[in-house]
Amino acid sequence: METIRAVSLTKTYGQGELAVTALSDVSITVDSGEVAALLGPSGSGKSTLLTALGLISLPDSGSLWLEGRQVLRDGRPVGDLAKVRRERIGFVFQKSNLIPFLTARENVSLALEINDRKGREVQARVEALLRYLDLGERMDHTPDELSGGQQQRVAIARALATSPAMILADEPTAALDSVRGRNVMELLRRVAREQRTAVVVVTHDHRTLDVFDTIHEMADGRFVEPSVDAASAS
Amino acid sequence: MNLAWKDVAHQKLRFLATAAGLGLLFAIVLAMGGIYQGMIDDATLLVEAAGGDLWLVQRDTRGPFAERSVVPLDLEQRARVVPGVQWSRAFTTTTLQRSHRGQRLRATVVGLSWPDPPPIALEQGRPLRVGHGELIADLSLGLALGERLTLGGDEYVVVGTMRGVLASSGDGVIYVTNQDCARLQSYQPPEAVRQAREARQQQIEALPLAVGAPLRRQVGEQDLTAGLLAQPMVQAVVVKLAPGYSHEQVKARLAGWTDVTVWSTEEQRQLLLQGVVDKARQQIGLFRGLLAIVSGILVALIIYSMTAAKTREISLLKLMGARTRVVVAMVLQQSLMLTGLGYAMALLVARVAFPAFPRRVVVGTEDLLLGAAGVVLLALVASAAAIARALRIPPTTILAG
Ligand SMILES: Nc1ncnc2c1ncn2[C@@H]1O[C@H](COP(=O)(O)OP(=O)(O)OP(=O)(O)O)[C@@H](O)[C@H]1O
Ligand SMILES: [Mg+2]
Repeated sequence: METIRAVSLTKTYGQGELAVTALSDVSITVDSGEVAALLGPSGSGKSTLLTALGLISLPDSGSLWLEGRQVLRDGRPVGDLAKVRRERIGFVFQKSNLIPFLTARENVSLALEINDRKGREVQARVEALLRYLDLGERMDHTPDELSGGQQQRVAIARALATSPAMILADEPTAALDSVRGRNVMELLRRVAREQRTAVVVVTHDHRTLDVFDTIHEMADGRFVEPSVDAASAS
Repeated sequence: MNLAWKDVAHQKLRFLATAAGLGLLFAIVLAMGGIYQGMIDDATLLVEAAGGDLWLVQRDTRGPFAERSVVPLDLEQRARVVPGVQWSRAFTTTTLQRSHRGQRLRATVVGLSWPDPPPIALEQGRPLRVGHGELIADLSLGLALGERLTLGGDEYVVVGTMRGVLASSGDGVIYVTNQDCARLQSYQPPEAVRQAREARQQQIEALPLAVGAPLRRQVGEQDLTAGLLAQPMVQAVVVKLAPGYSHEQVKARLAGWTDVTVWSTEEQRQLLLQGVVDKARQQIGLFRGLLAIVSGILVALIIYSMTAAKTREISLLKLMGARTRVVVAMVLQQSLMLTGLGYAMALLVARVAFPAFPRRVVVGTEDLLLGAAGVVLLALVASAAAIARALRIPPTTILAG
């Protein structure tokens, strides 16, 4: 089943001579349970594509369907995008993006609370998630008391908490050593399998490419023929 | 989970320090208001304490609070029999400055009509029982119950104390009988009298014999009789109207008396406020206004920068798709917590410190409620700007570095 269907996304930053075309006519589909990699040199538009798919920074034009429902029509929002974000999308970014004054447990609960989900069951779910991510002992610590990898796992727990239709991750392993980076990637893959979540990951780390089902490579704001393919990597 | 509270709890010390700073500022604004009100209260306390509705003062003067006013003591009796007068009481006051137990004692002495003095609210002790030699003192003067002190050549004993009875000068009040007050007023230390007499004697002796002889006799007689024959003088007489009589009715009757001018109590109050404390009052009022503005700006700045410091968190909340109200509630609740705690600290400071101020600080419940309302309003207005900023923070901010 198609979770994401993006058609002809374009985005230009700046104007006139300074204009940078970050996305030009990019189309992509990601199925549920699929783990897709976004490769490409710096400045090729990977993050721009991810934020467009995540409805964070809208493209100038193009359309987007999420779980069959249109959410962007010619670059314009259809419906309440904040609602779509909080209910259906999970985000993980390069640097830890946790709220510094909340504990691990609270950071994860927050994703549920902004969806009006509170109470015992929610707490139980949060604890189960954190344990699943091997954070059972660190639940009541704030981000500054956690290692980079632990923070990243909390962010993943938060992204998973609402059982979103898709998870978007921008270089989630950049701050981690290769072993931990690999662990995170395998975790995302497991989640995709078990929960039928579509996962899109921007990565520079070619050593983990075997984890992905599909590989998209970008250059100058458009997709190019991948220099490596998932099959050969694995 | 309350985000505002979690953030505050995460940086308790900083929050407490900020609240304490604000608290001091609020306390100063409260103090200014209290000092302002205190000055008004002090200035008019003697008029208020005297009770009554009309003031009979020396003809063509504005009364003892503005200038020298002398009326004979028997005016008290004369006024009492006028129809429409419920009671009349002589008013005397004098200032006292002397050293007592090695400390400077400055007091405003006020006379109570005797016999039948008006009731005085006492802190300790009892009212005056005899017409001479007893006094009731404000606690600010540091006189203890039962303490004896020599005033005007006579010994007085402190029989009662009261709290917060200050004259417009800020000095504590001492109540004695009118007779004692008059005595204190006209008292001159024997040494001063002797010196003055000697000086005059020498002047007279220096004159040629023919001129000097009759003068010599005269001076001697004056000294002898002055204290004995003079009718006791007081500064004013306060009159209370009987129920059912209007100011005008009684005033019209008294207007015929050639030796007095009649003022209403309200006129005396206004006179005191304008003449004695108006400038100081205006200055304090102005200062208080400025302080209120300054603390308003400060609170706004603090709340604004508190929000600005949370730009990343707010951006993240937006990225996660949090509703606008989650962000608004966080900013609003935090500014209310900050100003609320600040105000609570101000109240604490007021409670602890204000009674120790050298001048009276009058902060009524009404002022406190008004202050609380002002603080809440301030928090809301200051938050408005911060919220406007918070809502403009894009969700992408968190992604940029
Ligand atoms: N906010 C912005 N304003 C102007 N130009 C931008 C902005 N964000 C990105 N760009 C430009 O758009 C192009 C694509 O940027 P993008 O961040 O998508 O690249 P990227 O592939 O994620 O690179 P990296 O691997 O370094 O993260 C770049 O040329 C970048 O300079
Ligand atoms: Mg990028």
